[in-house]
Amino acid sequence: MRRLPCIFALLLLLAVAGQATAAFRFPIPEFESGYQHPTPVTPAPRLIPPAVDIAALAGALSITAWLVLKRRSRREVLLMAVASVLYFGFYRKGCICPVGSVQNVANAVVGNGMGVPFVVAVYFFLPLLFAIYFGRVFCAGVCPLGAAQEILALFPVQISRPLEHVLGLFAYAYLGFAVLAIYTGAGFLVCQYDPFVGFFRLGGTFNMFLAGGILLLIGIFVARPYCRFLCPYGVLLRWASIFSKWHVTITPAECIQCRLCENSCPYNAIVVPTPENAPDDRRAGARRLGLLLLATPLIVIFAGWTGLASHQFIARIHPTIRLAERVAAEEQGVYAERSVESEAFRAGSKTPADLYAQAEALRIRFKTASACFGAFMGVAFCGRMIRLSVIRRNRDYVADQGACLSCARCFAYCPVGKEDAAF
Amino acid sequence: MSKEKTGTDTSATDAAGGSGDVSVPAFSRRDFMRAAAAVAAGGGAWMVSHPSEQVFGWQLDPRKCQQCGRCATACVLTPSAVKCVHAYEMCGFCDLCGGYLQPGAKAQDSGAENELCPVAALKRKYVEAPFYLYTIIEDLCIGCGKCVKGCNAFGNGSLQLQVKQEICVHCNDCAIARNCPAQAYQRVPVAKSYMLKTLEGGGAPKA
Repeated sequence: MRRLPCIFALLLLLAVAGQATAAFRFPIPEFESGYQHPTPVTPAPRLIPPAVDIAALAGALSITAWLVLKRRSRREVLLMAVASVLYFGFYRKGCICPVGSVQNVANAVVGNGMGVPFVVAVYFFLPLLFAIYFGRVFCAGVCPLGAAQEILALFPVQISRPLEHVLGLFAYAYLGFAVLAIYTGAGFLVCQYDPFVGFFRLGGTFNMFLAGGILLLIGIFVARPYCRFLCPYGVLLRWASIFSKWHVTITPAECIQCRLCENSCPYNAIVVPTPENAPDDRRAGARRLGLLLLATPLIVIFAGWTGLASHQFIARIHPTIRLAERVAAEEQGVYAERSVESEAFRAGSKTPADLYAQAEALRIRFKTASACFGAFMGVAFCGRMIRLSVIRRNRDYVADQGACLSCARCFAYCPVGKEDAAF
Repeated sequence: MSKEKTGTDTSATDAAGGSGDVSVPAFSRRDFMRAAAAVAAGGGAWMVSHPSEQVFGWQLDPRKCQQCGRCATACVLTPSAVKCVHAYEMCGFCDLCGGYLQPGAKAQDSGAENELCPVAALKRKYVEAPFYLYTIIEDLCIGCGKCVKGCNAFGNGSLQLQVKQEICVHCNDCAIARNCPAQAYQRVPVAKSYMLKTLEGGGAPKA
């Protein structure tokens, strides 16, 4: 009977349970019947070839640019959006996506320096390149997150422009914070808090479903809340699109100032003509701008200092900092029982002192990152203020190239036909 | 298209020319395009100089795993992409298996009341006296790690949790990795994406 030694060994091991050693507790049996044990099942991943991914993105971007700029058809752009939601969203399950690729690129530059896979690099650069030439066509009909919101923007209302500008700053905050998280190694926040990926995968945490559902519900009336007020990649696309070469125009020919398109844009992306007989307060405007320019360094320094002052608080996004605080509290007897993380840590070989040292090193990193994050927000705020203070005179109704998402809504409102184009 | 655009630009300049307040960029679009092309080329060159020849996936290190059970619940997939993998070469083929039987089981058989696995995904088969083979029915396994805990505590540790690469959807940010209390998850090149403990050395990563 081989069972008896087994039981005996088990009893012996119960006394030293948990002390895993390189030696095996039970000898590897030698079979007399010539039995061969099977090999473990470890199948390779089923990956879609990079060429297919790149072709899909390049194709979708090209088609959308063509639909927006040449076909000028809202219906077709919407159909493209549906196709993108189906392919990039439900079929590819929202991963791989350019919005998240920001973090991979940031990770290569300021993070742990892990290389960016070629596909991810293409997914980061290609929509930006298209934005430089054609405007934000990626937002219009390729991005599954944007397309899902575009389809659900059923009764869009215009929100006031000041509110638009204030809420727009949250996108800068999200971008800055995502880069901060990369720099400190706290994780990929943009992926973690992707509100719609749960719908694409038909699985996710309850909280993210709730957040995604609320955003989609808001999006029925306030179109594309994520794109305008949160999307970190949208900030980069906005910068690229400002300089776009062949950006979409509201009218195919010459604007006749009929004002029909004035209320057509739910994104406040139509710049209205400067009134001809506007009171000439150039001097007051110039003084205001001068004051703002003088205040800018102070605001940036203050914002940086605010960031620096809150680094202890911000540092809690890092799991190691949270663990160190928890372990320290447990050592002082604050908690009656240990958390799962703490148990796992104590089962390892590191001592609490090691952990505290590690956390302290991380806090120094957070100090730098938080100050930079604050300063970045100061610059973003001042940049927005300066842009609003500079009076630009324009005669026609034109698209705000930064904010315009090339959704093609305004085309239908323009009475000037393509055949009226004189050129 | 570009023709149209140029035309509009000119007319706008003409109309507002008197005030001299037209937002003429400091450098022309053409210059900008060149700059953009340079940036793109520079970015491309940088990407080439920092090659990342491989695509990365996620895998957990069984040596760090604490069998907390979060692999079963934290994955974006239901059921989880993490499943138990049996490294048979390490197995003692015990009759009294800590991974198969409940602690204090009345009998060493396949009775439901004796089994540790909550979904009966572990199959027990007689090989020769006194050895029994334990195989995992993958369609049933939910990756809860109960059997792994039992095997690690009382056996050779041949039952191990692994991310099954053919099921995993390769999230950019693995939901289990950020919930793992033991920080056992890491990005691995997909070419070598399993980290099973093996017979040789009883634990060195499988190359």
